[in-house]
Amino acid sequence: MKYQSQKVAYAYFLVAMGLFAIQVAGGLLAGWIYVSPNTLSELLPFNVIRMIHTNALIVWLLLGFFGAAYYLVPEESEREIFSVKLAYIQLAILVVGTLGAVGSYLVGIHGGREFLEQPLWVKFGILVAAVIFLVNVSLTFLAGRKTAITNILMMGLWLLCLLWVFAFINPDNLSLDKMYWWFVVHLWVEATWELVMAAILGFLMLKLTGVDREVIEKWLYIIVATALFSGILGTGHHFYWIGTPGYWQWVGSIFSTFEVVPFFAMMSFAFLMVWKGRKNHPNKAALLWSLGSSTVAFFGAGVWGFLHTLHGVNYYTHGTQITAAHGHLSFYGAYVALNLAMFSYAMPLLRGRAPYNQVLNMASFWLMTGGMAFMTFTLTFAGTIQTHMQRIVGDYYMDVQDQLGLFYLMRFGSGVAVVLGAVLFIYSMLVVRREVVKPGPVVKDAKLAGE
Amino acid sequence: MSELLTKSRARNVFYGGSIFFVVVFVALTAQSHRHIVDKATAGMPLTEEVALGKHVWERHSCINCHTLHGEGAYFAPELGNVMTRWGAQDEPELAYEILDGWMQAQPSGIEGRRQMPHFEITEEEMRGLAEFLRWADQTDTQNWPPNDAG
Repeated sequence: MKYQSQKVAYAYFLVAMGLFAIQVAGGLLAGWIYVSPNTLSELLPFNVIRMIHTNALIVWLLLGFFGAAYYLVPEESEREIFSVKLAYIQLAILVVGTLGAVGSYLVGIHGGREFLEQPLWVKFGILVAAVIFLVNVSLTFLAGRKTAITNILMMGLWLLCLLWVFAFINPDNLSLDKMYWWFVVHLWVEATWELVMAAILGFLMLKLTGVDREVIEKWLYIIVATALFSGILGTGHHFYWIGTPGYWQWVGSIFSTFEVVPFFAMMSFAFLMVWKGRKNHPNKAALLWSLGSSTVAFFGAGVWGFLHTLHGVNYYTHGTQITAAHGHLSFYGAYVALNLAMFSYAMPLLRGRAPYNQVLNMASFWLMTGGMAFMTFTLTFAGTIQTHMQRIVGDYYMDVQDQLGLFYLMRFGSGVAVVLGAVLFIYSMLVVRREVVKPGPVVKDAKLAGE
Repeated sequence: MSELLTKSRARNVFYGGSIFFVVVFVALTAQSHRHIVDKATAGMPLTEEVALGKHVWERHSCINCHTLHGEGAYFAPELGNVMTRWGAQDEPELAYEILDGWMQAQPSGIEGRRQMPHFEITEEEMRGLAEFLRWADQTDTQNWPPNDAG
């Protein structure tokens, strides 16, 4: 850690990990209700639990992005953050807003647009926090050295904050409501968040592999170009069946097919940089999470996204468990794992220690990633059966769901693995003080045996 | 690649291309906005009752169990065509009666069956909700869903 003000990232990461724990706990409970539907049905209905699960996810990912920005902007700009105090005020607003939202959900006060259920005062709180954030990082950015990493990061963060305005626009016309709702939801996760992801991944590659900055930055511009060129008109894959014109079936199918490209490019980029870099950075856990994130993002967002994005396929799979499978793996790979990569990289530096917890951390990676992969497979199988029985044969929804019990049971099991992995990750970040397995010696330019 | 595509060229392609796609996207959504208002949803007037029904729908967070036009949670049935399924799409009074009867009977309490909560909804709100679901059902959704099962 070169600059004192980078320390604010520590507070952001702590809160983010707290919400991460709440998010996976909510997910596990929701998964259990699929298995045993009478659980808490009158005290805490499924819709409330799901709001907590999705909202906690979104907020902690954003807190992770904000924290990452506060960590890397000073280092890239080569100066302290404009105002540390503002950064803490921003965090306080977001914490109060989040607790307020969760509290209101529990007593039944919420909006009804999916993911944007926050009461109006919380939405305004988020807006104020976003403005404080933009002012704070922009002034830091403008005063210092400008790099491709911060250019792209700033562009992503500015655009995602601006798109938040659409959270306030809710027309009475349901189809218009849906169309503008996607301006937040799709243009966040399939456009602007990808810029943030690419910038953070680029920063991690720069630090972990030691590859020349020029090479990394050129890659970054190519990645984000493919992300926006495909992602903006790729919004069309949400405009097939909501009252929008028929031409979106072609626009959406063609452009969202290309949405695979930036994820493939990010995966290739990460592996290539590690190959070229040959730097023996001591933080192996951060490297594993970085490579893992780009790989799982390629499968979750890229492959599983393409699986049901063509309109001829989506006509049958739209709104089934196929969507749930894709949603879980893509969020995990692209944004959860990337945030955990950044935490793994930055936390030891923020706490002024050598990376000390790597074996447990890496075990948590495999536990969580294995769990998420298994969850994705079970939901994909469930979705395939659902698509056939409900959309082709025409059986009624609940009759079909009754046939899927085994898959939901297996999904719950994979959820247990994910929760254990998350707990292990947080434990390895915050509690463990020593490495549990002694690393072997590093031999420079080691020769293979018998060579 | 390294000779032809320098960093500054890659950056310019990124900025220029993004602006181009934003412009195309804004133009298409403007056209889509008109299409929705003038054609896709024009089969039934967007009355105050329908708007009230939408607020009832939102206040009770129905979307976090059900899907509507395929969007939402996947825990409970699709409701974009529920009035067709009930044979009540063209009969407002029947639509209200079936919906009211269904919702008053929740939660069923049947063991092993997914439970819908009981919602405190006035008659006016229930009528609005029924009208909102009829209004959603008449939307031109490019023939989605494939069948009445939703």
